[in-house]
Amino acid sequence: MSDTDVKQALVLVVEDYQDAREMYAAYLQFSGYRVAEATNGLEAIEKTLELLPDIILMDLALPKMDGWEATRRLKSDARTKHIPIVALTGHALAGHAEGARQAGCDAFVTKPCLPDALVAEIRRMLASRDVPPDAGEAKRPAKPTGRRR
Amino acid sequence: MARSAAATAVHFTGVDMEAKLALLEFLLTNSDLQASARRAIDWLAAHAGVQQAVVAVAEPGAGPLLLVAEHGVSSAAIVDFALTRDDEGHPLVRAMLRSDPTYFDGSPMPFRVPIENLAFHAVPLRAEEDLSAHGLLLTSASGAEVHPDVTWIARMLGRQAARLQSRQTLAETRFGQERMLLYSIINAVTDPILLTDTEGKLIIANTHAEKLFAAPEDASEGWRRAVALNNMLFSAALSTSAVAQIEPARRELLLVDPLEGSDLLFELLSSRAKDERQGTYVVSVLRNVTDLARAKEEIEESYRTLRLAQAEVRDERHRLDLIIDSVADPILVTDQEGDIVLMNEPAERLFYVPPAAGEASQRRVHANGANLTSFVSNVLTRGGEQRYRGEIQLAEPVTGRPSPVEGLAGQILSEQGELMWVVTILHDLTEAHEKARLYEQLKEGSAELERKVQEATTELADQNELLRRQHIALEQASALKSQFLANMSHEFRTPLNAILGYTHMLLNGVTGPVVETQRKSLTRIDSKSRHLLALINDILDITRIEAGRMPLNLTTFHIPELVDEVMSELEPIIKRSNLTVRPSMSRTLPALRSDRQKVKQIVLNLLSNSLKFTPAGTVTVGATYDSRTRNLAISVSDTGVGIATDDQVKVFEDFRQLDGSPARGYGGTGLGLSICRRLSQMLGGTIELQSTPGKGSVFTLRLPTRLRRR
Repeated sequence: MSDTDVKQALVLVVEDYQDAREMYAAYLQFSGYRVAEATNGLEAIEKTLELLPDIILMDLALPKMDGWEATRRLKSDARTKHIPIVALTGHALAGHAEGARQAGCDAFVTKPCLPDALVAEIRRMLASRDVPPDAGEAKRPAKPTGRRR
Repeated sequence: MARSAAATAVHFTGVDMEAKLALLEFLLTNSDLQASARRAIDWLAAHAGVQQAVVAVAEPGAGPLLLVAEHGVSSAAIVDFALTRDDEGHPLVRAMLRSDPTYFDGSPMPFRVPIENLAFHAVPLRAEEDLSAHGLLLTSASGAEVHPDVTWIARMLGRQAARLQSRQTLAETRFGQERMLLYSIINAVTDPILLTDTEGKLIIANTHAEKLFAAPEDASEGWRRAVALNNMLFSAALSTSAVAQIEPARRELLLVDPLEGSDLLFELLSSRAKDERQGTYVVSVLRNVTDLARAKEEIEESYRTLRLAQAEVRDERHRLDLIIDSVADPILVTDQEGDIVLMNEPAERLFYVPPAAGEASQRRVHANGANLTSFVSNVLTRGGEQRYRGEIQLAEPVTGRPSPVEGLAGQILSEQGELMWVVTILHDLTEAHEKARLYEQLKEGSAELERKVQEATTELADQNELLRRQHIALEQASALKSQFLANMSHEFRTPLNAILGYTHMLLNGVTGPVVETQRKSLTRIDSKSRHLLALINDILDITRIEAGRMPLNLTTFHIPELVDEVMSELEPIIKRSNLTVRPSMSRTLPALRSDRQKVKQIVLNLLSNSLKFTPAGTVTVGATYDSRTRNLAISVSDTGVGIATDDQVKVFEDFRQLDGSPARGYGGTGLGLSICRRLSQMLGGTIELQSTPGKGSVFTLRLPTRLRRR
């Protein structure tokens, strides 16, 4: 897989805070990704079904439908379950990470997360998606950057 | 009655005449004027009723009158008698010049007369043919009329005096007077006195001796025999004393009373008198010791009984003393008058003070005595009451301190039922009063205490209720606080996320190139935002620990690997610091079962802390195992600024960086060590600090090798 392919990947940023959403979107675009945005869980599902993004950056605390629920639904839908979801949370409590994993998140990033670190994580996830599916399933979620809890 | 009187007179006249003839014969045949005078006045005493009589004879011419015989006159009067014929004014001298008797009516006279305080006649001794008197006969009188026998005797003695005058020397007359005086003296002695030859033959005896050793002619047969026996006994006694040659000999002599027939015990005192012309005489004085001997025996007997009784009494008394002295309570024995006759030592302290003691003490003793007396009078006056019990107010003599006592007085009666003494036992009530007072106090105190306990219990119940409510409120508040902090921390993170993100993007040139001054400001914003983030994270950690919302995740791991990890995470800082940082691990460290992540966080904090505060030198991370306590110790030693002893506890407190110190320059949240302390507690371990300012610090984390969930 070439570097160009990666850079053309579509990232769905699900975040209710506009400034954070726009910041991550701007930096991802700056880093060469295509970006779609959603502001809540329902919209995230709609956009996913509509756009079938390469990867989803999912904030867990969302209005209307939270990130966990949205993740569960996407992971239980055959059309979307192959799409990696990176959970994003401001709550550093262990319960959140565990809950995100149980809901089907593939990776877990704690806010505040520097745009650099976020991009690095997305790049890593996309790279692991491109290896054969059975090998990819065996992969443990990578360590999130920032403070380890 | 008249006949009887006449018969008596006739009878007397007969006897009288006979005696008169005998006397006359004696006077005519005798050539001793003194013997005649004695015989004559004895006869007057017997026949003319004369009570007292004296014969005084005079030398021819001038010179003193000499008393030659007396009857019934005291020896003192004889000795005192002095009269000379030169004293012509003297009534007696004048009486001598007269031919008739002179009557003195017994009224007081300005001179001494042998016949004292009685009327008497002074009759001159003269024969009818004599021109002057040879002496005087003084006879006591019952009236002015002179008894015819008195004048007769005076005439007879006058004649004899005239007859003898030429032959008799003055010396003989004087000797006669002295002999008479001697007689009167030895007769006046109540003890028998004898002059004998060495064989015991009587030469002179006084009247008392005559009673023992001479019997009158008309004496009874028994009398005579008794006298003979006495003479024999006396001779025997004298002869043994002569043999013994003890001078003067003193012995006991048992004689017989010739009249009573009873035994008489005498003490015989005899001494020898040598006379060159007439040989050796023995003078003996007998002292009647019959009564004395009897008395002595009795005395000895009673003395012996007394001694026995005394010994018994002494023993008894001794025992009694021991008993009453062993009693700590005062005991007194008083007589019927209330006077103390016996008391023990404790009683003495109340009722006796030495005379030298002060006036106040004496007064108190008197007052005590008076109180005792009035107390004792209860058993003296209350008829039939043999015992009395009551309280007496006494005072200590020396201090004057009041000494209330309870007294028990009891009568001691003689066998006849008479009251002899009163025994009083006193019992000090000071202590009893004190006890009663203390007991009252105690009761009050107890009541007070009970009241207080009740109050306290009520209050405690109230407090408990209050506390319970407060506890609930606190639990709610604590839960709310934790929730609030967790939320707050989340809410902090979201804007911080944006701040950090955009700063980062700006620095990465997302919005175009940044000039150097802008980069400097952005770098500073970045740095401070990171610091703020670290603070928020630390606060969140503490909140979670305190809220119990930081669960333990136990695994088994090895320290050296963990230390390597920590050191590599801090690699950039170590590189910047120019310090030598090296691990120093024991080779035989056991695996540790604990929460790896938390242990790592502690080590990370300690190491970064040391790096921060060590300007130069070495930082060593060591690990040792103590098999005895089964503790693993991880220590971080540095050669940094160190921490003063007073501050060594403070560094573990929240937000504590030693103020004014380089801490500000070192950055950090000030919560690192506080979190380390909390985490080590969670892991069942401790953190210790040893430090010398200017030399460096050693932080030691001790952990049990196997942590068990609580």
